[in-house]
Amino acid sequence: MNPEIVIIKYNAGNIRSVDFALQRLGINAEITDDPEKIKNAAKVIFPGVGEASGTMKYLHDRGLDKIIRELRQPVLGICLGMQLMCRFSEEGNTSCLGIFDTDVVKFREGKVPHMGWNRLEELKGDLYGYSEDGDYVYFVHSFYVPSSQYTTAVCSNGYVFSASLQKNNFFATQYHPEKSGTTGETILKRFIAL
Amino acid sequence: MLSKRIIPCLDVRDGKVVKGVNFVNITEIGDPVEHGAWYSEQGADELVYLDITATHEKRKLLSGLVRKVAENINIPFTVGGGVNGLGDAGALLEAGADKISVNSAAILDPGLIDQIAKSFGSQFLVIAVDAKKINGSWVVYRSGGRIATSRELFDWAAEVCDRGAGEILFTSMDHDGVKTGYACQELAQLSEKVPVPLIASGGAGKREHFLEVFTEGKADAALAASVFHYNEIPIPELKKYLKENSVNVRI
Repeated sequence: MNPEIVIIKYNAGNIRSVDFALQRLGINAEITDDPEKIKNAAKVIFPGVGEASGTMKYLHDRGLDKIIRELRQPVLGICLGMQLMCRFSEEGNTSCLGIFDTDVVKFREGKVPHMGWNRLEELKGDLYGYSEDGDYVYFVHSFYVPSSQYTTAVCSNGYVFSASLQKNNFFATQYHPEKSGTTGETILKRFIAL
Repeated sequence: MLSKRIIPCLDVRDGKVVKGVNFVNITEIGDPVEHGAWYSEQGADELVYLDITATHEKRKLLSGLVRKVAENINIPFTVGGGVNGLGDAGALLEAGADKISVNSAAILDPGLIDQIAKSFGSQFLVIAVDAKKINGSWVVYRSGGRIATSRELFDWAAEVCDRGAGEILFTSMDHDGVKTGYACQELAQLSEKVPVPLIASGGAGKREHFLEVFTEGKADAALAASVFHYNEIPIPELKKYLKENSVNVRI
């Protein structure tokens, strides 16, 4: 039987956190890099803490890059997962999956990494309700996606960048919903309910 | 804007919290999840679990603790104390720690910073620095403040950042435990010098000290233990006070 929800397994740090967060919501997911299971799952989560070029190579070597690109069910990329769903990343000058036709660039001002709790603003799209407008969520990243037509929430720290993206069935958050307290749980629940 | 973070520190020995919350009726003494959950509900932005276990065998208990915390707590947490090599770091990551804090091992082998940053990312690595002012110079100490090193605070902080530290946790040994405020002057200098976020530690005694450390001290986060353990400063009141004084905090 194919699992309802899969978390894509790759050589990244702390992907267990997402699984633990889902368990707290009473949801059992499977962590896997099996292409068939990923293709046939009802929902796919593409988490991430790690480095872009090494991760893209890992995905490519297993043919997962092509599979992720062609998924038709709801997909949620988190942090590095979101960045890898873009076209190109300055981190390791990496060609990424190209789902979102936009690039990932390095922060050139302020303290890097952008680490801690920051606010979600200008919310739109299916992941959000009115209640999360202005809520704090947890970020930790050194590269960012500028605001574009795919942006569904922005965040600012003297400069404005994408806190989340959406295009058709592809959703992505720069922040970690699995570490963002009750606000994060609400957002994860909404993705699961899509 | 990023909010300023409030971080309670819990001491852990043999997989149990030995200093955490000392004033509420927690059913299982020493349970890391109950202590952490209580702080999380109070509005803590992150947690630090500091392992003070002496022996290597008992250290395995730490992984079990980390896993339990990761399963149950929905805010980020850091694990520190006795991380001596890449293996320790990897085991804690595997157990579910968001970050680790490394102190003595980085002083004894600075290359470890590069290795951990390269293997697991800078965001995973907090370098903790304990220092004390001696004849006008800030001397870095290791081994829980017991052994003076030849390193100087500001140079060492710059070096750990160059090597890949994602955050610095600075404890002034002159201010720690005396509750007369954080080392704001040194923190402000550090904050301007280092490109990564800075966590202040040592000296919190009243809520005004937190206001000072975020304004004069230019810290990104403030860590404290006893004022939170005994509820001398309840976190909700502290955050309300900070907000009233124009400090950006998550409420």
